[in-house]
Amino acid sequence: MNFDFSDEQKQLKEQARRFLADRSDRGVVRSVLNDAGKSFDQDLWKAVAEMGWLGAAIPEEFGGLGLGKLELCVLAEEMGRALAPIPFSSTAYFFTEALLKAGSQTQKGEVLPKVAEGGVIGAFAISEGPGAPSPGSIQTVFDGAALTGVKIPVTDGDIASHAVVLAREGQSLSLVLVDLRQEGVSRDTLTTLDPTRGHARLTFRGAKAERLGAAGEGWDLAEAVLDRAAVLIAFEQVGGAQACLDMAVDYAKGRYAFSRQIASFQAIKHKLADMYVAIEVARSNTYYGAWALSTDASELPLAAAAARVAACDAYYLAAKENIQTHGGMGFTWEVDCHLFYRRAKLLSVQAGAPGVWKEKLVRRLETKNAA
Amino acid sequence: MDFNDTPEEAAFRAEARAWLEKTLSPATRAAFSEDEPLKAAKAYQALKAGAGYAGLTWRKSVGGRELPPIFSVIFGQEEARFQAPVGPFAIGLGMCIPTMIAFASDDQKKRYVAPALRGEEIWCQLFSEPSAGSDVAGLKTRAVRDGDDWVVNGQKVWTSGAHYSDYGILLTRTNPEKEKHKGLTMFFLDMRSPGVEVRPIHQMSGGSNFNEVYFTDVRIPDAQRLGEVGDGWNVALVTLMNERLAVGGSNGPDYAEILELARNTPAPAGRGSLLQDQAFREKLAAWYVSAEGYTLGKYRTMTALSKGQTPGPESSIGKILNANRLQDLTNAAIEAEDHYGIISDPAIAPEQAVFQASYMWAPGLRIAGGTDEILRNIIAERVLGLPQDVRVDKGVAFKDLPTGR
Repeated sequence: MNFDFSDEQKQLKEQARRFLADRSDRGVVRSVLNDAGKSFDQDLWKAVAEMGWLGAAIPEEFGGLGLGKLELCVLAEEMGRALAPIPFSSTAYFFTEALLKAGSQTQKGEVLPKVAEGGVIGAFAISEGPGAPSPGSIQTVFDGAALTGVKIPVTDGDIASHAVVLAREGQSLSLVLVDLRQEGVSRDTLTTLDPTRGHARLTFRGAKAERLGAAGEGWDLAEAVLDRAAVLIAFEQVGGAQACLDMAVDYAKGRYAFSRQIASFQAIKHKLADMYVAIEVARSNTYYGAWALSTDASELPLAAAAARVAACDAYYLAAKENIQTHGGMGFTWEVDCHLFYRRAKLLSVQAGAPGVWKEKLVRRLETKNAA
Repeated sequence: MDFNDTPEEAAFRAEARAWLEKTLSPATRAAFSEDEPLKAAKAYQALKAGAGYAGLTWRKSVGGRELPPIFSVIFGQEEARFQAPVGPFAIGLGMCIPTMIAFASDDQKKRYVAPALRGEEIWCQLFSEPSAGSDVAGLKTRAVRDGDDWVVNGQKVWTSGAHYSDYGILLTRTNPEKEKHKGLTMFFLDMRSPGVEVRPIHQMSGGSNFNEVYFTDVRIPDAQRLGEVGDGWNVALVTLMNERLAVGGSNGPDYAEILELARNTPAPAGRGSLLQDQAFREKLAAWYVSAEGYTLGKYRTMTALSKGQTPGPESSIGKILNANRLQDLTNAAIEAEDHYGIISDPAIAPEQAVFQASYMWAPGLRIAGGTDEILRNIIAERVLGLPQDVRVDKGVAFKDLPTGR
């Protein structure tokens, strides 16, 4: 039994934590939050690319470090803890995983090396309106060469150079790779709950695009990408939830009411213990997702769903109860609690909301139990 | 990351499995006289000790093999696969005898450890009292020195297996003038001593798994004292160290069982099965995540053990998760059966009424071996490092503490 990360992976995590504490401190996060014209921190993005982390899970033949998914998982946890205001998840989880899963040798060879060096920011575009998308709901159309339609919201769509788009092709759906730096693409920046990350409406008017993967397999490929991204996002969520718990513990020890530390009241202690339990449940489930992701195991779809459901629950609980533990101060702009409350919401809807994943989980469990 | 044993662990597991297959085959099991479970358990324990599988982690000087804890976990997993009858020895070998090993004299260890390991003598633990549960240091059972003996009067409660135990370890109050935690002393005693009376507790579930034990002028030689006079609390901490690990195991029906029930039960909306009901599916997902959180968490603990680390109080999580999931899930199963769910007759209720039986057992599981609330305090204080609650009993003699019911 070795259900843990290796010493080298733990060292990488420690290195990432120190690096991000320095380069993505709350001042950096707030500089993106407070500046409406800024949707990511370019210096941090450049530094992360120089560390090689954008290519951590990209094979060496495509210009990456070829480390593996477990390494990407530990990096994700630290990105989540630090609230890193960069398009890391869009690029390194969704976009890269889509290319690795569905891309041709040529597509991988052209795009992935640029991803690894930080020259490509990737986005993943499915949503077109309120409610969970379904195969029948996708309106964006791909005719084999050109893309037409509207995707909203697209996380990091305002700064991305490329996007992978789910589009209708004939009677079915396909994944499509599109360079966003062309005339047929326009972008409108969106106001969202989490301004530390950029969001846009992407409008395609006959934009030049190419298919990613086989025609008609778009929905299944998108689901496969979402399973992979869900595990990595779950690590960001666990990192963020743990940061909330650490903040709450620290504050409760230092805050006095009724002449004693509020951390000595059971109402507070039990609340924080519940946060800890939720985070540990999420952590165990995400570790299993990491194992399934790294070995491309047949258990991945069920493991990813469980990791996602647990991580969404844990981050929501930790983010809201961190505010509650801080009392009135927690409701101010100056105190950092709301940064996590905002990010928790983004991460819980970005790859499909928890309700969608609970349904996926049960469907996959039924299949497994019937087998 | 992998879920494989190390070569050494795998070899041990294979060897253990082969031995269990041979020892607990249906044919040999029959020889254990199924209608007398205690006799069967004792026969199994004797064979287990003879084959060197008892006391795996204990020192060689007391009959153990000095193996790392992971081997004990592996053997336990294999025993569970074969449903080995180990119940009657869990408390004695898990808690009482380790306390004896730590505090008894060499002669006493020689006399008591081996027979317990062979299953010839069963031990129980006498700590909880009617007015001292979560706050067990508030116990009142009094031991008064009289020559070379101590005379004990009082009452213990929730004592598992007292009715078939040969010996017990007993926490008493020897000095009510001292602070609560400082006036306690630990002893061991023969459960057949004059003045010891065991009465079964009739549980709300209908069964009787625990006992009350009354002490009336029971004489215990001072030689059977464990640790110093007044140091009983520190002795008790050694005993309790393993309790939560022991009680944390999974009990009763889980997500897989309710999934099957839902497949064959109509949905409340009247269309299709309950398994097709969206509200039910959401709950099922949550139970699965909780159950996996527990199982995978155990794998993390095993990994730590395998690397020679000692798991900390974080294992308290398991019992909080399992006990609450059991209550929640059995409640939902009964309500899913609608009016029929009230039937608890195993002959006609679905799944032999396992949901109904576990619904009545679950409240006890949330209390036994540390209540939900105490476990949250343990996580808060020992994992998260939060301060203790304000204590009103510091610096006050036990006899002057306020007592309610």
